Amino acid sequence: MASGNVLHVLYNDDDILMKAVKELRSKHYRIIEVYTPFPVHGLDKAMGLPHTRLAICSFIYGLIGLSVATLMMNFIMIEDWPRNIGGKPSFSYLQNMPAFVPIMFELTVFFAAHLMVITFYMRSRIWPFKKAENPDVRTTDDHFLIEVDAADHDLDTLSKFLYDTGASEISLIHNEEHA
Amino acid sequence: MSSHYEAPIREPLILGEKSYHDISVDVGAPILGKANKSWWIVFSIALIAFLWGLGCIVYTVSTGIGVWGLNKTIGWAWDITNFVWWVGIGHAGTLISAVLLLFRQKWRMAINRSAEAMTIFAVVQAGLFPIIHMGRPWLAYWVLPIPNQFGSLWVNFNSPLLWDVFAISTYLSVSLVFWWTGLLPDFAMIRDRTKSPFQQKIYGILSFGWSGRAKDWQRFEEVSLVLAGLATPLVLSVHTIVSFDFATSVVPGWHSTIFPPYFVAGAIFSGFAMVQTLLLVMRKVVNLENYITIVHIEFMNKVILLTGGIVTVAYLTEYFIGWYSGVPYENYTYLSFGAATGPYWWAFWALIICNLIVPLTLWVKKWRRNIVWTFIVALIINIGMWFERFDIIVICLSKDRLASSWSMFQPTFVDIGVFVGTIGFFFVLFLLYARTFPVIAQAEVKSILKSSGARYKRIRESGEDLAGTAADARTSTYAERTNLASASNAANTYHQSTVHADALVDTESKKSEIDLMLAKIGTYDPATQTADDLKKISGVGPVLEQKLHQLGIYTYDQVSKMTKTEYDLLDEIIDAFPGRAERDDWAGQAQNLKQ
Repeated sequence: MASGNVLHVLYNDDDILMKAVKELRSKHYRIIEVYTPFPVHGLDKAMGLPHTRLAICSFIYGLIGLSVATLMMNFIMIEDWPRNIGGKPSFSYLQNMPAFVPIMFELTVFFAAHLMVITFYMRSRIWPFKKAENPDVRTTDDHFLIEVDAADHDLDTLSKFLYDTGASEISLIHNEEHA
Repeated sequence: MSSHYEAPIREPLILGEKSYHDISVDVGAPILGKANKSWWIVFSIALIAFLWGLGCIVYTVSTGIGVWGLNKTIGWAWDITNFVWWVGIGHAGTLISAVLLLFRQKWRMAINRSAEAMTIFAVVQAGLFPIIHMGRPWLAYWVLPIPNQFGSLWVNFNSPLLWDVFAISTYLSVSLVFWWTGLLPDFAMIRDRTKSPFQQKIYGILSFGWSGRAKDWQRFEEVSLVLAGLATPLVLSVHTIVSFDFATSVVPGWHSTIFPPYFVAGAIFSGFAMVQTLLLVMRKVVNLENYITIVHIEFMNKVILLTGGIVTVAYLTEYFIGWYSGVPYENYTYLSFGAATGPYWWAFWALIICNLIVPLTLWVKKWRRNIVWTFIVALIINIGMWFERFDIIVICLSKDRLASSWSMFQPTFVDIGVFVGTIGFFFVLFLLYARTFPVIAQAEVKSILKSSGARYKRIRESGEDLAGTAADARTSTYAERTNLASASNAANTYHQSTVHADALVDTESKKSEIDLMLAKIGTYDPATQTADDLKKISGVGPVLEQKLHQLGIYTYDQVSKMTKTEYDLLDEIIDAFPGRAERDDWAGQAQNLKQ
């Protein structure tokens, strides 16, 4: 029977949290989510989260920016309206390219930075007017909250186990749809 | 724990007995509290200066650039001086947050937020000058490569001035998103701490609904690292390109190949001086001396020493080349024998004294750890770096190749007014920021607290385990939790149905506390459970049992889970509650009765 029940387990120390996450995983309890007030180093590894691919995204966005700059410079300065400025060549893109290096660099950075941040916001579902979803307001202050799937586990054993890992508070959240 | 290890020889970066909660309280205090009188006084002065500058800008735009002191010989003067000065100041913030992040310098965390704010506000001031200098600022969009009414005449991408447009707008916008992304968790902290519904709404919007999931943090750190990697060459490129404005020209004193590195070092030099100026005041006004410590000040002074040294070498090189070239025109460049003895001798010596000589005092450890002296040196560098740009621009132009057109520059009140106005505008923005933004990246500071906090260094040295030391009594009690919970969720009127405590409890917050207690000790379900006889517990009489029933406590099981926190809560609610609960060990008794 899938109860849909979730335990909200609060910790007030990051070291204890790390220990608890490792113990929960070794006992094969399912951790739905962990909310922390600051980046706890190594937590993603302890939880078994996969690597983020945002850096790869950023690299691709940078290449797009570089291409846009190249195409734009070639069209504007070489093809559409070539001008002889101070005797500098405007016959081919390659000859004139050194003058465009600053623009190519800036647009690479512009695309890589902004598109990566937008991707981050979209993937993490954060944007203006988005409602916060941390279950306890103290998780932005000094508390750490693990959402544990109660599943079919015996609640008493599970609670006992969680208190033993150093939890400061545990609350059972009934999921209405399954109740 | 070994993961928090830091060599004991390193001085603590967070002083005092600080817990995670203390950091939230200290960083939130200026926002959640009221502005003091000195804030209002400084803000009013800044606002007046800003309005005066605004008047001068309106006068300039409506009358024309002729109201400035420019003449045929000197076509660039204060406006470009101010532009370069502000852009230079705007280099420290991104340097601190990006370069120091790549170098894993923990001390950046206390100052990066304000330094980045300063960067953004300074670049805004810088951007004003070219736009005003256009004379017709409503045509500013002509610098963009957009198809237009002149056929398809495009902007000139061979020009450093256009590179500037791209460099500075990229720099401003990337710095802004870098800053804002770092702010999200801190806005979320304010959102969750404040008790005012208005602030909850505002900071809720500003925080983009940040919830602090483990995956969010993983992405957050990755994004910060990649942005730092991108911003580092970006920050170097910006002032390099600004220096191209001069270096690609044919004016003696400008066409110098040393300019790009020299300008970048000078920009960092002046930027750090401005950070010192602002933070030395701010740490006092908003009581952050425990976070922005003398160690931070000394580190910044060391960066000033390094970049000041680079600038000094560049000065000497320029001076030497000016003399060694033997070209007569070079004798009136900003760093030359002619400049030192000519009509602009005062500007030359101001530059040498402020940027070259005074910062040398920071080699003395005692002086670079002296707050008052640091502040004075920082102010002097700010002045010196303004003179550097004035010297480059005005002295080099004043004596050009045609002796008959030699000229001097006299600023008018409009020149001065616009400059003072931007200083006012800058401080208006910074003061508003200091009142409404978390001025320290508290989430990041929390992440180094256990390695670099004075308290934790002490605990580690005493050989104790750091695990569990972060608990703070103020956030671990029902009172605090419900206080916060009821404030953030005032609409929540749902309470446990087994509680019939209206006679005992009158406030909503008390009811929430009872709910929370029941959440921990368990609720009684009349349909499946039977009530136990609580009177069997020594100390519980019929009256007390009835009151416990009203609170939803019916079973031994519930009582057996009680701890001191619950006893204290019951003590608060029930008048005749005996203080013996703990002494008689109700929980233990109930545990025995259960079996």
